[in-house]
Amino acid sequence: MNRMTMAKRNTDEQFVSRRRLLTTGAALGVGAAVGVGVDRTVNASPDVVTSTHGATTIPFYGKHQAGIETEPAAHATFIAFNLNDDVDRPALIRLMRLVTDSASRLTQGQPALADTEAGLARNPSRLTVTFGFGPGFVARAKGIAPSWLAPLPPFSIDKLEERWNGGDLLLQVSADDPVSVSHTVRVLTKDARSFASIHWRQDGFRHAPGTLKPGTTMRNLFGQVDGTVNPEPGSKDFAQVVWANKGWWADGTSLVLRRIAMNLDTWDPVSRVGREEAIGRRLDTGAPLTGTAEHDVPDLDAKDHQGLTVIAEYAHIRRSQTGDAAEVIFRRPYNYDLAPEGVESSASGLLFASYQADVTKQFVPIQRRLDELDMLNEWTTPIGSAVFVIPPGCRKGGYIGETLLEV
Amino acid sequence: MRSIVSVRRALALVLVVPLVLVGGCSSPSDDATDKTDRVSLEISDAWVKATDEKMSAAFASIENDTDSDITIVSVSSPVSDEVQLHETVTHADHSSAMQEVKAGFTIKADHDLELEPGGNHIMLMNLTKPLLPGEDVTFTLTFKDGTTQDFTARVKEFSGANESYDHGEKKH
Repeated sequence: MNRMTMAKRNTDEQFVSRRRLLTTGAALGVGAAVGVGVDRTVNASPDVVTSTHGATTIPFYGKHQAGIETEPAAHATFIAFNLNDDVDRPALIRLMRLVTDSASRLTQGQPALADTEAGLARNPSRLTVTFGFGPGFVARAKGIAPSWLAPLPPFSIDKLEERWNGGDLLLQVSADDPVSVSHTVRVLTKDARSFASIHWRQDGFRHAPGTLKPGTTMRNLFGQVDGTVNPEPGSKDFAQVVWANKGWWADGTSLVLRRIAMNLDTWDPVSRVGREEAIGRRLDTGAPLTGTAEHDVPDLDAKDHQGLTVIAEYAHIRRSQTGDAAEVIFRRPYNYDLAPEGVESSASGLLFASYQADVTKQFVPIQRRLDELDMLNEWTTPIGSAVFVIPPGCRKGGYIGETLLEV
Repeated sequence: MRSIVSVRRALALVLVVPLVLVGGCSSPSDDATDKTDRVSLEISDAWVKATDEKMSAAFASIENDTDSDITIVSVSSPVSDEVQLHETVTHADHSSAMQEVKAGFTIKADHDLELEPGGNHIMLMNLTKPLLPGEDVTFTLTFKDGTTQDFTARVKEFSGANESYDHGEKKH
Protein backbone atom coordinates (compact mmCIF):
# COMPACT_ATOMS: atom_id res chain seq x y z
CA MET A 1 0.00 0.00 0.00
CA ASN A 2 1.29 3.44 -0.64
CA ARG A 3 0.85 6.09 1.95
CA MET A 4 -0.07 9.01 -0.24
CA THR A 5 -2.19 11.66 1.34
CA MET A 6 -5.72 12.11 0.19
CA ALA A 7 -4.89 15.45 -1.42
CA LYS A 8 -2.12 13.93 -3.45
CA ARG A 9 -4.23 11.02 -4.55
CA ASN A 10 -7.12 13.17 -5.64
CA THR A 11 -4.99 15.45 -7.78
CA ASP A 12 -2.93 12.75 -9.42
CA GLU A 13 -4.71 10.95 -12.20
CA GLN A 14 -2.39 7.99 -11.83
CA PHE A 15 -4.03 7.25 -8.55
CA VAL A 16 -7.60 7.33 -9.69
CA SER A 17 -8.93 3.84 -9.55
CA ARG A 18 -10.76 2.26 -12.40
CA ARG A 19 -13.58 1.59 -10.05
CA ARG A 20 -13.87 5.23 -9.21
CA LEU A 21 -14.18 6.11 -12.87
CA LEU A 22 -17.02 3.62 -13.11
CA THR A 23 -18.72 4.85 -9.97
CA THR A 24 -18.05 8.56 -9.99
CA GLY A 25 -21.32 9.34 -8.30
CA ALA A 26 -20.60 7.11 -5.36
CA ALA A 27 -17.22 8.69 -4.81
CA LEU A 28 -18.36 12.30 -4.82
CA GLY A 29 -18.35 14.11 -1.52
CA VAL A 30 -16.09 11.61 0.17
CA GLY A 31 -13.47 14.20 0.98
CA ALA A 32 -16.02 16.17 2.97
CA ALA A 33 -16.54 13.35 5.46
CA VAL A 34 -14.35 13.09 8.54
CA GLY A 35 -11.31 12.71 6.38
CA VAL A 36 -11.60 9.02 5.79
CA GLY A 37 -12.61 6.96 2.84
CA VAL A 38 -9.76 7.48 0.44
CA ASP A 39 -10.03 6.01 -3.01
CA ARG A 40 -8.11 2.83 -3.43
CA THR A 41 -5.18 2.82 -5.80
CA VAL A 42 -4.92 0.26 -8.54
CA ASN A 43 -1.29 0.83 -9.32
CA ALA A 44 0.66 0.26 -6.14
CA SER A 45 4.00 1.20 -7.64
CA PRO A 46 3.51 4.13 -9.98
CA ASP A 47 7.20 4.97 -10.12
CA VAL A 48 8.23 1.73 -11.75
CA VAL A 49 8.81 1.90 -15.47
CA THR A 50 8.68 -1.56 -16.95
CA SER A 51 11.56 -1.03 -19.35
CA THR A 52 14.07 -0.72 -16.53
CA HIS A 53 15.21 -3.44 -14.14
CA GLY A 54 14.37 -1.55 -10.95
CA ALA A 55 11.25 -3.63 -10.41
CA THR A 56 13.06 -6.96 -10.71
CA THR A 57 12.71 -8.97 -7.53
CA ILE A 58 14.33 -12.06 -6.04
CA PRO A 59 12.05 -14.22 -3.85
CA PHE A 60 12.72 -13.74 -0.14
CA TYR A 61 11.14 -16.88 1.26
CA GLY A 62 12.58 -20.29 0.54
CA LYS A 63 14.56 -23.25 1.80
CA HIS A 64 17.80 -21.29 1.57
CA GLN A 65 18.33 -17.60 2.16
CA ALA A 66 18.69 -15.54 -0.99
CA GLY A 67 21.91 -13.71 -1.79
CA ILE A 68 24.20 -16.72 -1.99
CA GLU A 69 23.11 -18.86 -4.91
CA THR A 70 21.74 -15.67 -6.47
CA GLU A 71 23.66 -14.13 -9.40
CA PRO A 72 25.67 -11.47 -7.56
CA ALA A 73 24.17 -7.99 -7.73
CA ALA A 74 26.31 -4.95 -8.46
CA HIS A 75 26.37 -3.51 -4.95
CA ALA A 76 26.65 -5.14 -1.56
CA THR A 77 26.84 -3.88 1.97
CA PHE A 78 27.96 -6.18 4.75
CA ILE A 79 27.10 -4.81 8.16
CA ALA A 80 27.86 -6.42 11.51
CA PHE A 81 26.15 -5.60 14.80
CA ASN A 82 27.16 -6.38 18.36
CA LEU A 83 24.26 -7.23 20.65
CA ASN A 84 23.51 -5.06 23.65
CA ASP A 85 24.26 -6.73 26.99
CA ASP A 86 20.60 -6.97 27.98
CA VAL A 87 19.45 -8.78 24.84
CA ASP A 88 18.25 -12.24 25.75
CA ARG A 89 16.67 -15.02 23.75
CA PRO A 90 13.13 -13.51 23.68
CA ALA A 91 14.66 -10.25 22.51
CA LEU A 92 16.54 -12.08 19.75
CA ILE A 93 13.23 -13.50 18.58
CA ARG A 94 11.70 -10.04 18.48
CA LEU A 95 14.74 -8.70 16.62
CA MET A 96 14.72 -11.43 13.99
CA ARG A 97 10.97 -11.12 13.47
CA LEU A 98 11.39 -7.40 12.83
CA VAL A 99 14.27 -7.62 10.39
CA THR A 100 12.77 -10.62 8.61
CA ASP A 101 9.51 -8.73 8.11
CA SER A 102 11.26 -5.64 6.79
CA ALA A 103 13.49 -7.68 4.47
CA SER A 104 10.54 -9.69 3.15
CA ARG A 105 8.74 -6.49 2.18
CA LEU A 106 11.66 -4.47 0.85
CA THR A 107 12.99 -7.28 -1.35
CA GLN A 108 9.58 -7.40 -3.02
CA GLY A 109 9.46 -3.65 -3.65
CA GLN A 110 7.13 -2.85 -0.76
CA PRO A 111 7.94 -0.33 1.96
CA ALA A 112 8.72 -1.75 5.38
CA LEU A 113 6.27 -1.13 8.21
CA ALA A 114 6.85 2.41 9.51
CA ASP A 115 9.03 3.13 6.49
CA THR A 116 9.65 6.86 6.62
CA GLU A 117 11.15 6.87 3.10
CA ALA A 118 8.65 4.61 1.41
CA GLY A 119 9.44 6.08 -2.00
CA LEU A 120 12.89 4.51 -1.85
CA ALA A 121 11.41 1.03 -1.57
CA ARG A 122 9.76 0.85 -4.96
CA ASN A 123 12.78 -0.19 -7.02
CA PRO A 124 14.36 -3.18 -5.31
CA SER A 125 16.60 -4.01 -8.30
CA ARG A 126 17.20 -7.65 -7.37
CA LEU A 127 17.53 -6.73 -3.72
CA THR A 128 18.46 -9.57 -1.39
CA VAL A 129 18.99 -9.56 2.37
CA THR A 130 20.98 -12.40 3.94
CA PHE A 131 21.29 -12.80 7.71
CA GLY A 132 24.20 -14.42 9.55
CA PHE A 133 24.95 -15.12 13.21
CA GLY A 134 28.35 -14.81 14.86
CA PRO A 135 29.43 -16.87 17.88
CA GLY A 136 28.03 -14.22 20.23
CA PHE A 137 24.53 -14.47 18.78
CA VAL A 138 24.37 -18.26 19.06
CA ALA A 139 25.71 -18.10 22.63
CA ARG A 140 23.09 -15.51 23.57
CA ALA A 141 20.43 -17.78 22.08
CA LYS A 142 21.84 -20.58 24.23
CA GLY A 143 22.04 -22.66 21.07
CA ILE A 144 24.49 -25.27 19.88
CA ALA A 145 27.13 -23.64 17.71
CA PRO A 146 28.63 -25.37 14.70
CA SER A 147 32.16 -26.53 15.60
CA TRP A 148 33.62 -24.15 13.04
CA LEU A 149 31.83 -21.03 14.30
CA ALA A 150 34.84 -19.17 15.72
CA PRO A 151 37.50 -16.76 14.53
CA LEU A 152 39.78 -18.36 11.93
CA PRO A 153 43.15 -19.64 13.19
CA PRO A 154 45.86 -16.98 12.88
CA PHE A 155 47.75 -16.74 9.60
CA SER A 156 51.21 -15.22 9.16
CA ILE A 157 50.00 -12.92 6.39
CA ASP A 158 47.23 -11.42 8.54
CA LYS A 159 47.36 -7.87 9.77
CA LEU A 160 43.87 -7.90 11.19
CA GLU A 161 42.33 -4.75 12.60
CA GLU A 162 39.75 -5.19 15.32
CA ARG A 163 37.44 -2.71 13.58
CA TRP A 164 36.88 -5.24 10.76
CA ASN A 165 36.76 -8.44 12.82
CA GLY A 166 33.92 -10.56 14.12
CA GLY A 167 30.41 -9.40 14.99
CA ASP A 168 27.28 -10.95 16.49
CA LEU A 169 24.73 -10.35 13.72
CA LEU A 170 25.52 -9.95 10.04
CA LEU A 171 23.34 -8.38 7.38
CA GLN A 172 24.37 -8.82 3.79
CA VAL A 173 22.32 -6.46 1.65
CA SER A 174 22.82 -6.45 -2.06
CA ALA A 175 21.09 -5.06 -5.13
CA ASP A 176 21.86 -3.73 -8.58
CA ASP A 177 20.84 -0.26 -7.41
CA PRO A 178 22.88 1.39 -4.64
CA VAL A 179 19.87 3.47 -3.54
CA SER A 180 17.97 0.26 -2.86
CA VAL A 181 20.90 -1.03 -0.79
CA SER A 182 21.19 2.23 1.14
CA HIS A 183 17.50 2.40 2.02
CA THR A 184 17.39 -1.24 3.07
CA VAL A 185 20.46 -0.90 5.27
CA ARG A 186 18.86 2.16 6.87
CA VAL A 187 15.55 0.43 7.57
CA LEU A 188 17.20 -2.70 8.97
CA THR A 189 19.57 -0.64 11.09
CA LYS A 190 16.59 1.19 12.59
CA ASP A 191 14.98 -2.18 13.33
CA ALA A 192 18.16 -3.41 15.00
CA ARG A 193 19.29 -0.33 16.88
CA SER A 194 17.36 -0.93 20.07
CA PHE A 195 18.95 -4.40 20.29
CA ALA A 196 22.46 -3.88 19.00
CA SER A 197 25.06 -1.39 17.80
CA ILE A 198 26.97 -1.30 14.54
CA HIS A 199 30.40 -2.93 14.82
CA TRP A 200 31.51 -2.51 11.23
CA ARG A 201 30.12 -1.85 7.81
CA GLN A 202 31.79 -2.83 4.55
CA ASP A 203 30.52 -1.64 1.18
CA GLY A 204 31.49 -3.37 -2.05
CA PHE A 205 30.78 -3.21 -5.73
CA ARG A 206 31.04 -5.19 -8.92
CA HIS A 207 30.40 -4.23 -12.51
CA ALA A 208 27.17 -2.31 -12.97
CA PRO A 209 24.22 -4.26 -14.38
CA GLY A 210 24.21 -4.28 -18.16
CA THR A 211 27.98 -3.81 -18.36
CA LEU A 212 28.81 -7.45 -18.99
CA LYS A 213 26.85 -10.48 -20.09
CA PRO A 214 25.26 -12.26 -17.11
CA GLY A 215 27.53 -14.95 -15.72
CA THR A 216 30.73 -13.16 -16.72
CA THR A 217 33.41 -13.54 -14.06
CA MET A 218 34.10 -10.22 -12.37
CA ARG A 219 37.43 -8.41 -12.32
CA ASN A 220 39.08 -7.23 -9.15
CA LEU A 221 40.92 -3.91 -8.93
CA PHE A 222 44.25 -5.59 -9.84
CA GLY A 223 42.57 -6.14 -13.20
CA GLN A 224 42.42 -9.89 -12.69
CA VAL A 225 39.49 -12.02 -13.71
CA ASP A 226 38.52 -13.13 -10.20
CA GLY A 227 36.40 -16.17 -9.39
CA THR A 228 36.80 -18.46 -12.41
CA VAL A 229 36.94 -21.70 -10.47
CA ASN A 230 33.70 -21.72 -8.52
CA PRO A 231 30.84 -24.19 -8.11
CA GLU A 232 28.05 -23.44 -10.56
CA PRO A 233 24.94 -22.04 -8.80
CA GLY A 234 22.06 -24.46 -9.23
CA SER A 235 24.34 -27.47 -9.60
CA LYS A 236 24.66 -30.52 -7.35
CA ASP A 237 28.27 -29.51 -6.89
CA PHE A 238 27.17 -26.16 -5.49
CA ALA A 239 24.69 -27.75 -3.10
CA GLN A 240 27.36 -30.10 -1.80
CA VAL A 241 29.95 -27.37 -1.30
CA VAL A 242 27.66 -24.75 0.19
CA TRP A 243 24.56 -26.07 1.97
CA ALA A 244 24.94 -27.63 5.39
CA ASN A 245 22.99 -30.82 6.09
CA LYS A 246 22.92 -31.04 9.85
CA GLY A 247 21.97 -29.09 12.94
CA TRP A 248 19.61 -26.13 13.13
CA TRP A 249 21.68 -24.56 10.36
CA ALA A 250 20.86 -27.33 7.86
CA ASP A 251 20.07 -25.74 4.46
CA GLY A 252 22.12 -22.80 5.65
CA THR A 253 25.86 -22.37 5.29
CA SER A 254 28.78 -20.36 6.61
CA LEU A 255 30.19 -17.04 5.52
CA VAL A 256 33.84 -16.17 5.92
CA LEU A 257 34.30 -12.50 5.16
CA ARG A 258 37.91 -11.47 4.77
CA ARG A 259 38.74 -7.85 4.12
CA ILE A 260 41.79 -7.93 1.88
CA ALA A 261 43.70 -4.72 1.26
CA MET A 262 45.21 -4.65 -2.23
CA ASN A 263 48.20 -2.38 -2.57
CA LEU A 264 47.72 -0.76 -5.95
CA ASP A 265 50.78 1.42 -5.34
CA THR A 266 53.20 -1.52 -5.14
CA TRP A 267 51.27 -3.46 -7.81
CA ASP A 268 51.84 -0.59 -10.27
CA PRO A 269 55.51 -1.33 -11.08
CA VAL A 270 54.91 -5.04 -11.69
CA SER A 271 55.20 -5.96 -15.37
CA ARG A 272 52.49 -7.79 -17.21
CA VAL A 273 54.58 -10.98 -17.19
CA GLY A 274 55.16 -10.62 -13.48
CA ARG A 275 51.46 -10.07 -12.84
CA GLU A 276 50.43 -13.07 -14.92
CA GLU A 277 52.99 -15.32 -13.28
CA ALA A 278 51.84 -14.27 -9.84
CA ILE A 279 48.34 -15.47 -10.49
CA GLY A 280 49.03 -18.11 -13.18
CA ARG A 281 46.44 -16.62 -15.55
CA ARG A 282 46.44 -14.19 -18.44
CA LEU A 283 45.24 -10.72 -17.57
CA ASP A 284 43.22 -10.24 -20.77
CA THR A 285 41.17 -13.43 -20.90
CA GLY A 286 41.68 -14.93 -17.48
CA ALA A 287 42.85 -18.14 -19.21
CA PRO A 288 45.45 -20.21 -17.36
CA LEU A 289 48.94 -19.68 -18.72
CA THR A 290 48.73 -23.21 -20.13
CA GLY A 291 45.44 -22.57 -21.96
CA THR A 292 43.59 -20.20 -24.22
CA ALA A 293 40.15 -19.76 -22.64
CA GLU A 294 39.13 -18.70 -19.13
CA HIS A 295 37.63 -22.01 -18.14
CA ASP A 296 40.43 -24.22 -19.53
CA VAL A 297 41.74 -26.50 -16.82
CA PRO A 298 45.24 -25.37 -15.78
CA ASP A 299 47.98 -27.87 -16.65
CA LEU A 300 50.05 -27.68 -13.49
CA ASP A 301 52.67 -30.09 -14.89
CA ALA A 302 53.33 -28.28 -18.18
CA LYS A 303 56.97 -27.15 -18.53
CA ASP A 304 58.47 -24.37 -20.61
CA HIS A 305 61.60 -24.73 -22.80
CA GLN A 306 63.79 -24.14 -19.75
CA GLY A 307 62.18 -27.04 -17.94
CA LEU A 308 60.32 -24.81 -15.45
CA THR A 309 56.63 -25.26 -14.81
CA VAL A 310 54.60 -22.81 -16.90
CA ILE A 311 52.43 -22.13 -13.89
CA ALA A 312 54.95 -21.16 -11.24
CA GLU A 313 55.30 -22.91 -7.89
CA TYR A 314 54.21 -19.68 -6.21
CA ALA A 315 51.31 -18.93 -8.59
CA HIS A 316 48.01 -18.24 -6.85
CA ILE A 317 46.00 -20.77 -8.87
CA ARG A 318 48.48 -23.57 -8.06
CA ARG A 319 48.58 -22.75 -4.37
CA SER A 320 44.80 -22.44 -4.00
CA GLN A 321 44.25 -26.01 -5.20
CA THR A 322 44.71 -28.46 -2.38
CA GLY A 323 44.10 -31.55 -4.49
CA ASP A 324 41.34 -32.65 -2.11
CA ALA A 325 37.88 -32.57 -3.70
CA ALA A 326 36.33 -31.81 -0.29
CA GLU A 327 38.39 -28.63 0.08
CA VAL A 328 36.34 -26.38 -2.16
CA ILE A 329 34.61 -23.08 -1.36
CA PHE A 330 32.14 -20.81 -3.14
CA ARG A 331 33.49 -17.29 -3.59
CA ARG A 332 31.35 -14.22 -4.12
CA PRO A 333 33.74 -11.29 -3.77
CA TYR A 334 33.12 -7.54 -4.04
CA ASN A 335 35.61 -4.76 -4.68
CA TYR A 336 36.04 -1.83 -2.37
CA ASP A 337 37.67 1.49 -3.16
CA LEU A 338 37.80 4.11 -0.44
CA ALA A 339 39.28 7.57 -0.13
CA PRO A 340 43.01 7.11 0.56
CA GLU A 341 44.49 8.45 3.78
CA GLY A 342 47.99 9.76 4.46
CA VAL A 343 50.64 9.25 1.80
CA GLU A 344 48.94 6.38 -0.02
CA SER A 345 47.29 7.08 -3.34
CA SER A 346 44.79 4.25 -3.05
CA ALA A 347 42.77 2.42 -0.40
CA SER A 348 41.37 -0.43 -2.41
CA GLY A 349 40.77 -4.07 -1.91
CA LEU A 350 38.45 -6.99 -1.94
CA LEU A 351 35.63 -8.11 0.33
CA PHE A 352 36.42 -11.79 -0.01
CA ALA A 353 33.10 -13.46 0.79
CA SER A 354 33.35 -17.24 0.88
CA TYR A 355 30.49 -19.66 1.54
CA GLN A 356 30.96 -23.29 2.49
CA ALA A 357 29.15 -25.93 4.52
CA ASP A 358 32.09 -26.33 6.89
CA VAL A 359 34.71 -23.64 7.47
CA THR A 360 37.26 -25.92 9.14
CA LYS A 361 37.13 -28.63 6.50
CA GLN A 362 36.82 -26.45 3.41
CA PHE A 363 38.09 -22.91 3.92
CA VAL A 364 40.92 -23.30 6.40
CA PRO A 365 43.05 -25.83 4.40
CA ILE A 366 43.01 -23.56 1.36
CA GLN A 367 43.90 -20.50 3.43
CA ARG A 368 46.75 -22.46 5.06
CA ARG A 369 48.29 -23.22 1.67
CA LEU A 370 47.97 -19.61 0.55
CA ASP A 371 49.48 -18.48 3.85
CA GLU A 372 52.50 -20.73 3.28
CA LEU A 373 53.12 -19.57 -0.28
CA ASP A 374 51.25 -17.36 -2.73
CA MET A 375 52.95 -14.69 -4.81
CA LEU A 376 49.86 -12.51 -4.47
CA ASN A 377 50.63 -12.14 -0.75
CA GLU A 378 53.28 -9.66 -1.90
CA TRP A 379 50.57 -7.13 -2.68
CA THR A 380 47.59 -8.25 -0.63
CA THR A 381 47.01 -8.09 3.13
CA PRO A 382 44.05 -9.51 5.07
CA ILE A 383 43.00 -6.73 7.44
CA GLY A 384 39.64 -8.07 8.60
CA SER A 385 38.16 -11.48 9.26
CA ALA A 386 34.76 -12.65 10.40
CA VAL A 387 32.94 -15.97 10.45
CA PHE A 388 29.15 -16.33 10.54
CA VAL A 389 26.69 -19.17 10.38
CA ILE A 390 24.03 -18.43 7.78
CA PRO A 391 20.75 -19.95 8.96
CA PRO A 392 18.37 -21.56 6.49
CA GLY A 393 15.61 -19.58 4.81
CA CYS A 394 12.09 -19.42 6.15
CA ARG A 395 8.50 -19.62 4.97
CA LYS A 396 6.02 -16.77 4.92
CA GLY A 397 4.89 -16.20 8.48
CA GLY A 398 8.18 -17.50 9.85
CA TYR A 399 11.43 -15.68 10.49
CA ILE A 400 15.11 -16.18 9.84
CA GLY A 401 16.73 -17.90 12.81
CA GLU A 402 13.61 -19.71 14.02
CA THR A 403 15.36 -23.07 13.82
CA LEU A 404 17.82 -21.76 16.42
CA LEU A 405 15.45 -19.67 18.51
CA GLU A 406 12.27 -21.78 18.59
CA VAL A 407 13.71 -24.89 20.23
CA MET B 1 1.21 -6.52 1.72
CA ARG B 2 -2.19 -8.01 1.14
CA SER B 3 -2.03 -11.17 3.09
CA ILE B 4 -5.63 -12.21 3.11
CA VAL B 5 -6.57 -11.85 -0.49
CA SER B 6 -8.20 -15.25 -0.62
CA VAL B 7 -10.39 -14.39 2.35
CA ARG B 8 -11.34 -11.17 0.68
CA ARG B 9 -12.27 -12.93 -2.53
CA ALA B 10 -14.29 -15.55 -0.70
CA LEU B 11 -15.99 -12.85 1.30
CA ALA B 12 -16.93 -10.91 -1.80
CA LEU B 13 -18.81 -13.94 -3.03
CA VAL B 14 -20.55 -14.50 0.29
CA LEU B 15 -21.66 -10.92 0.55
CA VAL B 16 -23.48 -11.06 -2.74
CA VAL B 17 -26.00 -13.50 -1.32
CA PRO B 18 -27.60 -11.42 1.46
CA LEU B 19 -27.77 -8.46 -0.87
CA VAL B 20 -29.87 -10.45 -3.26
CA LEU B 21 -32.03 -11.89 -0.49
CA VAL B 22 -32.77 -8.67 1.35
CA GLY B 23 -33.19 -6.61 -1.78
CA GLY B 24 -33.24 -2.95 -0.81
CA CYS B 25 -31.30 -3.35 2.40
CA SER B 26 -27.87 -2.35 1.18
CA SER B 27 -25.91 -3.05 4.29
CA PRO B 28 -25.54 -6.55 5.71
CA SER B 29 -24.26 -4.91 8.88
CA ASP B 30 -27.69 -3.42 9.44
CA ASP B 31 -29.06 -6.88 9.88
CA ALA B 32 -29.67 -6.99 13.61
CA THR B 33 -29.81 -10.76 13.64
CA ASP B 34 -26.23 -11.01 12.44
CA LYS B 35 -24.23 -10.22 15.54
CA THR B 36 -21.54 -12.81 14.97
CA ASP B 37 -18.02 -11.64 14.40
CA ARG B 38 -17.06 -11.63 10.78
CA VAL B 39 -14.17 -10.34 8.75
CA SER B 40 -15.47 -7.37 6.88
CA LEU B 41 -12.41 -5.19 6.40
CA GLU B 42 -9.07 -6.07 4.97
CA ILE B 43 -6.48 -4.78 7.41
CA SER B 44 -2.83 -4.83 6.46
CA ASP B 45 0.50 -3.23 7.36
CA ALA B 46 -0.59 -2.74 10.97
CA TRP B 47 2.01 -1.47 13.38
CA VAL B 48 2.20 0.33 16.69
CA LYS B 49 4.86 2.64 18.03
CA ALA B 50 7.21 1.17 20.66
CA THR B 51 7.26 2.99 23.97
CA ASP B 52 7.94 2.51 27.66
CA GLU B 53 5.72 5.44 28.53
CA LYS B 54 1.97 5.73 28.89
CA MET B 55 0.81 6.51 25.37
CA SER B 56 1.31 5.24 21.88
CA ALA B 57 -0.40 5.13 18.50
CA ALA B 58 -1.26 2.42 16.00
CA PHE B 59 -1.45 2.58 12.24
CA ALA B 60 -2.71 0.36 9.43
CA SER B 61 -4.18 0.22 5.96
CA ILE B 62 -7.86 -0.65 6.13
CA GLU B 63 -9.81 -1.53 3.02
CA ASN B 64 -13.55 -1.75 2.79
CA ASP B 65 -14.10 -4.08 -0.12
CA THR B 66 -17.77 -4.48 0.59
CA ASP B 67 -20.64 -2.66 -1.05
CA SER B 68 -21.65 -1.06 2.26
CA ASP B 69 -20.33 1.77 4.36
CA ILE B 70 -18.73 0.50 7.56
CA THR B 71 -18.34 2.58 10.70
CA ILE B 72 -15.70 1.77 13.29
CA VAL B 73 -17.13 3.12 16.54
CA SER B 74 -14.47 1.96 18.96
CA VAL B 75 -11.22 0.07 19.37
CA SER B 76 -9.88 -1.89 22.28
CA SER B 77 -6.61 -3.61 23.11
CA PRO B 78 -5.37 -5.66 26.06
CA VAL B 79 -2.36 -3.35 26.44
CA SER B 80 -4.38 -0.20 27.03
CA ASP B 81 -7.13 0.96 29.37
CA GLU B 82 -8.42 3.43 26.86
CA VAL B 83 -8.13 3.39 23.09
CA GLN B 84 -9.38 6.30 21.01
CA LEU B 85 -9.84 7.04 17.35
CA HIS B 86 -7.97 10.19 16.43
CA GLU B 87 -7.83 12.51 13.49
CA THR B 88 -5.26 15.19 12.77
CA VAL B 89 -6.68 18.60 11.88
CA THR B 90 -4.74 21.44 10.33
CA HIS B 91 -5.45 24.98 11.46
CA ALA B 92 -5.33 28.17 9.41
CA ASP B 93 -1.86 28.94 10.76
CA HIS B 94 -0.69 25.56 9.37
CA SER B 95 -0.28 24.09 12.81
CA SER B 96 -1.98 20.79 13.35
CA ALA B 97 -3.49 19.01 16.29
CA MET B 98 -4.85 15.61 17.05
CA GLN B 99 -8.33 15.16 18.41
CA GLU B 100 -10.65 12.33 19.17
CA VAL B 101 -13.27 11.41 16.59
CA LYS B 102 -16.19 10.59 18.85
CA ALA B 103 -18.43 9.42 16.02
CA GLY B 104 -15.81 6.99 14.81
CA PHE B 105 -14.45 6.43 11.32
CA THR B 106 -16.86 5.64 8.54
CA ILE B 107 -15.25 3.92 5.58
CA LYS B 108 -17.39 4.21 2.48
CA ALA B 109 -18.07 1.13 0.41
CA ASP B 110 -15.10 0.25 -1.79
CA HIS B 111 -12.85 2.79 -0.10
CA ASP B 112 -9.75 2.74 2.06
CA LEU B 113 -8.83 4.23 5.38
CA GLU B 114 -5.16 4.90 5.83
CA LEU B 115 -4.09 5.22 9.45
CA GLU B 116 -0.69 6.85 9.31
CA PRO B 117 1.66 9.10 11.29
CA GLY B 118 0.52 12.69 10.91
CA GLY B 119 -2.97 11.58 9.93
CA ASN B 120 -5.77 9.48 11.29
CA HIS B 121 -4.63 6.96 13.85
CA ILE B 122 -5.57 4.77 16.77
CA MET B 123 -4.48 6.33 20.06
CA LEU B 124 -3.55 4.16 23.04
CA MET B 125 -3.83 5.80 26.46
CA ASN B 126 -2.79 4.45 29.85
CA LEU B 127 -0.69 1.60 28.51
CA THR B 128 -0.60 -1.29 30.93
CA LYS B 129 2.90 -2.39 29.86
CA PRO B 130 5.84 -1.19 27.77
CA LEU B 131 5.50 -1.93 24.06
CA LEU B 132 8.73 -3.64 23.03
CA PRO B 133 9.95 -3.58 19.41
CA GLY B 134 9.07 -6.82 17.63
CA GLU B 135 6.13 -7.70 19.88
CA ASP B 136 2.63 -8.19 18.49
CA VAL B 137 -0.34 -6.30 19.92
CA THR B 138 -3.93 -7.35 19.34
CA PHE B 139 -6.63 -4.82 18.60
CA THR B 140 -10.39 -5.30 18.38
CA LEU B 141 -12.46 -3.02 16.20
CA THR B 142 -16.12 -2.65 17.10
CA PHE B 143 -18.50 -1.65 14.35
CA LYS B 144 -21.73 0.30 14.50
CA ASP B 145 -23.78 -2.90 14.38
CA GLY B 146 -21.94 -4.30 17.39
CA THR B 147 -19.87 -6.83 15.47
CA THR B 148 -16.13 -6.90 15.96
CA GLN B 149 -12.96 -7.70 14.06
CA ASP B 150 -9.51 -8.40 15.48
CA PHE B 151 -6.17 -7.54 13.98
CA THR B 152 -2.58 -7.79 15.08
CA ALA B 153 -0.04 -4.98 14.88
CA ARG B 154 3.72 -5.31 15.06
CA VAL B 155 5.51 -3.02 17.49
CA LYS B 156 8.10 -0.87 15.73
CA GLU B 157 10.58 1.67 17.01
CA PHE B 158 9.58 4.95 15.40
CA SER B 159 10.85 8.48 15.77
CA GLY B 160 9.28 9.86 12.61
CA ALA B 161 6.87 12.74 12.04
CA ASN B 162 8.12 14.45 15.19
CA GLU B 163 5.15 13.14 17.09
CA SER B 164 4.84 12.23 20.71
CA TYR B 165 1.12 11.44 20.66
CA ASP B 166 0.36 13.45 23.74
CA HIS B 167 -3.07 14.83 24.47
CA GLY B 168 -3.95 17.71 22.18
CA GLU B 169 -0.34 18.42 21.41
CA LYS B 170 0.26 20.96 18.70
CA LYS B 171 2.98 20.46 16.17
CA HIS B 172 4.23 22.18 13.09
